[in-house]
Amino acid sequence: MKHIIYALVENKPGVLARMSSLFSARGFNIDSLAVGETHDPTMSRVSLVVDAKEEKILDQIKKQLEKLVDVISVTDLTKKKFFERELILVKVKTAKTSKLKLVSLVKKFSATILSYDAKLAVIEAVVEKKQLIDLLDCLAPLGIEELVRTGRIAIAQ
Amino acid sequence: MKKTGAEIIVESLLKEGVRVLFGYPGGSVLPLTDALYDAPIDFILVRHEQAAAHAADGYARATGKVGVCMATSGPGATNLVTGLATAHMDSIPMVAITGQVNSALIGNDAFQEADVTGITRSITKHNYLVKDISELASTIKEAFYIAATGRPGPVVVDVPVDIQKQSMEFHYPETIKMRSYNPEIAVPMEQIKKAAKLIEKSKRPVVYAGGGIIISQAHDQLLEFAVKINAPVTTTLMGLGGFPETNELALGMLGMHGTAYANHAIMESDLIIAVGARFDDRVTGRIDKFAPDAKVIHLDIDPTAISKNIRVDIPVICDAKQGLQALNKIVKRLQTDAWLKKIHGWKTKAPLQYKVAGQKIRPQYVVEQIYKITKGEAIICTEVGQNQMWAAQYYKYTRPRTWISSGGLGTMGYGFPAAIGAKLGRPDKIVFDIAGDGSIQMNIQELATAVANKVNVKVAILNNGYLGMVRQWQELFYNRRYANTPITGPDFVKLAESYGAAGIRVNKKADVAAAIKQAIAIPNVVFLDFVVEPEENVFPMVPAGEAIDRMIGGMA
Repeated sequence: MKHIIYALVENKPGVLARMSSLFSARGFNIDSLAVGETHDPTMSRVSLVVDAKEEKILDQIKKQLEKLVDVISVTDLTKKKFFERELILVKVKTAKTSKLKLVSLVKKFSATILSYDAKLAVIEAVVEKKQLIDLLDCLAPLGIEELVRTGRIAIAQ
Repeated sequence: MKKTGAEIIVESLLKEGVRVLFGYPGGSVLPLTDALYDAPIDFILVRHEQAAAHAADGYARATGKVGVCMATSGPGATNLVTGLATAHMDSIPMVAITGQVNSALIGNDAFQEADVTGITRSITKHNYLVKDISELASTIKEAFYIAATGRPGPVVVDVPVDIQKQSMEFHYPETIKMRSYNPEIAVPMEQIKKAAKLIEKSKRPVVYAGGGIIISQAHDQLLEFAVKINAPVTTTLMGLGGFPETNELALGMLGMHGTAYANHAIMESDLIIAVGARFDDRVTGRIDKFAPDAKVIHLDIDPTAISKNIRVDIPVICDAKQGLQALNKIVKRLQTDAWLKKIHGWKTKAPLQYKVAGQKIRPQYVVEQIYKITKGEAIICTEVGQNQMWAAQYYKYTRPRTWISSGGLGTMGYGFPAAIGAKLGRPDKIVFDIAGDGSIQMNIQELATAVANKVNVKVAILNNGYLGMVRQWQELFYNRRYANTPITGPDFVKLAESYGAAGIRVNKKADVAAAIKQAIAIPNVVFLDFVVEPEENVFPMVPAGEAIDRMIGGMA
C-alpha cells in the first residue's frame, strides 16, 4: 500500500540522507520525494511517498524517522483527510494534433500550454494522482517525449 | 579573548568535564593535538584508532560518563568506524572528534579525505560537520547532550583543519534546547497503572532486564521491584550486573547461551516484564515459538524498540528508573510460590555445569577462579566468542558497570582496549580482559598503550588454538570441518615481555589460582596465557532459528 509521509525537519545538511537511508537500508524504494523550506526558513517540509509491502516494517521506519535528531515530527497522512497535488511538465509531439485540439484536450485538466511549435508542445498541469493517469492516457497517442514530475506534496485538511 | 577553533574544542571538552581523551594525531588534527598538549586532559595515545574508540567506550561503560576519542581525517576516522558501530549498538555515550581536510578541499579527493559524516551516518546517534567556527562550541555542547541523554549513543563531530586554526570569542552555551530532540519523557501514568493491573493477575511472571537498567542506574529499583512482586529476574548480556546474580530470584542470562532455567522460565511464563531490553534475536530465538502464553509489558525509553520483534501488550515509554519507581509505588506481592518452586526445580536439575574432573584446564574453571579471587568485585571486560559467553556464565555479577562486553555488534578485539579505558575510568578497580587467543590478536598492539600509560589491566587469554565459537558451530553444524578456525599466535608471554609487560603461562589446573593471584599482585600489565582444553564448548546452546527451550546441553 502507498503511504504519504509528511515530515517537518530541521533545514540542515544531511537530514534527507538520514531519512532516505532508513528506507534504502531495508530495500524500500521511495516513489517520490518533495522537499522545501517552510514559512520558517529554518525548517523544511518533506512529502514522501513509499510503497510499503510490509506495514510492520513501515511502522518501524516511521518510528525511526521520528527518532532522528533533526526530525521534528512525522505524520502518515494515508489514513487521514488530506489534500495532495503534483506539478508535472510534459513534452508531447505535435505532428498528430493542432494547437486548438491540444488546448481543448488539456482544458478539462486545467492544464496550460507553455509552448507550442511544429514539432513539440510543453504542457504544465497541477494534478491529483488519478488525474495524472487520465491526463497521460489522453496525451499518450500523441507521443510523450519527456515527463518531469515534482513528486506528490500533501497537506492535512 | 579570542581563541582558535582548536582551543575552543579543548575549552568545550573541559566544560564538559572531560579529563581523559583517547586519540591519535595526524595532519588534520595538528592544531587540536597542539592545543591539547597544554590542557589538563590526559591524552592517551593509542596504537590504532580503533582502540581509541573502544577505550572511550570502555571508559564510558565503567564510569557512566561520556567517553571521548579523537582521530585525524581519512584513515584515522575510518579506523574509528568499528568502535562507533560497537558503541551505537550498545547505546554507549561517546563523542568522537575527527579532523577533516581543509574546508576548501572537501569533496576534491584531497589527501587523507573521507566523507566521515556519510560513512558514520548509520552507526552514530548523530553527527556533525562543522563548517563555521561560530557553530563549533554549540555543536560540541549538542554532541555531549545528545550522546548522554535519552537512549545514549556515539556522536561524531567532524572539524576541518582550517576551522581549528581560525579564531573567535569563546562562548560556551550554559543550557541547550532543541525543538527536534527532547529526551525528557514524563512517566506515562496511565500505562503504568495498566501494567500494574496486568502484573496483579500474573501467576508466572518473569522480569527480563537489559542494558537500560545499567544506563539509567535503575539497579536498586529493579531489585526492589523484583522482591516486591516476588518475581524471578533474567538479564540480557547487556544487563549483567543490573541485578545481583547472588540473589535467589536471579535466573542469570537468557537466550542462545543463557541458563536452561532462564529460558524455560521465559517460555512458560504468563507475563514478561521487559525493562530496558530490546528482544534481540539472540534472546528470543525462534520468534513464533517465543513465550507462547506470555503477555508482554515493555518499559523502554526508545519507542522504536516497542513491538519491533515481539508484540507488546502494554508499552511504557520512559526512563527505566523512573518507570520502576512509579511501578514500585503501586505493585503488590504476587502469589508466586508454586512458580518459584518450579523454577528452583529447573535450577537444581539443570545448573550451569562443565566437566570438573581431570587435570585439563577448562576455560570455565579459569573464569570461576577469577570470580573467586576477585570476590566478584573486579571489572570484567571480554572479547567476543566463547570467552565472552563463559565470562558471562561463570562470573557472578552483582553490581552495575562491572561487566563490559560488545553485545550488539559482537566486536572481536574490543575487550583489551575497552579494559584500558575502564581502568583509566576506575583506577581503584581490578580490571580483567577475558580473551580468546583469536580476539586478543585483533588489537594486541595496545600492549604498548597500556604499558606506556601504566594502565595495569590483566588479560586472561583462554588459549585453545581455535576461533572457538566458530569452531563450535562447525563441530555441531558443519560436520566437524574446521575450516579456517585453527589459529596460531605468538608466544604471548614473550610478546608481553617484549612490550615491557609481564607474561605468565599456565599449563596445569593446579596453577590457575596462584597465577591469577600473582597477576593481580604484579604492578604491571599482565598477560595470562591459559592453555585450555581446545575443544571445549559453550553450553547450553540454542541452535540458530530454534525456540529457546530447545537447548543443546540444557535439561536432560
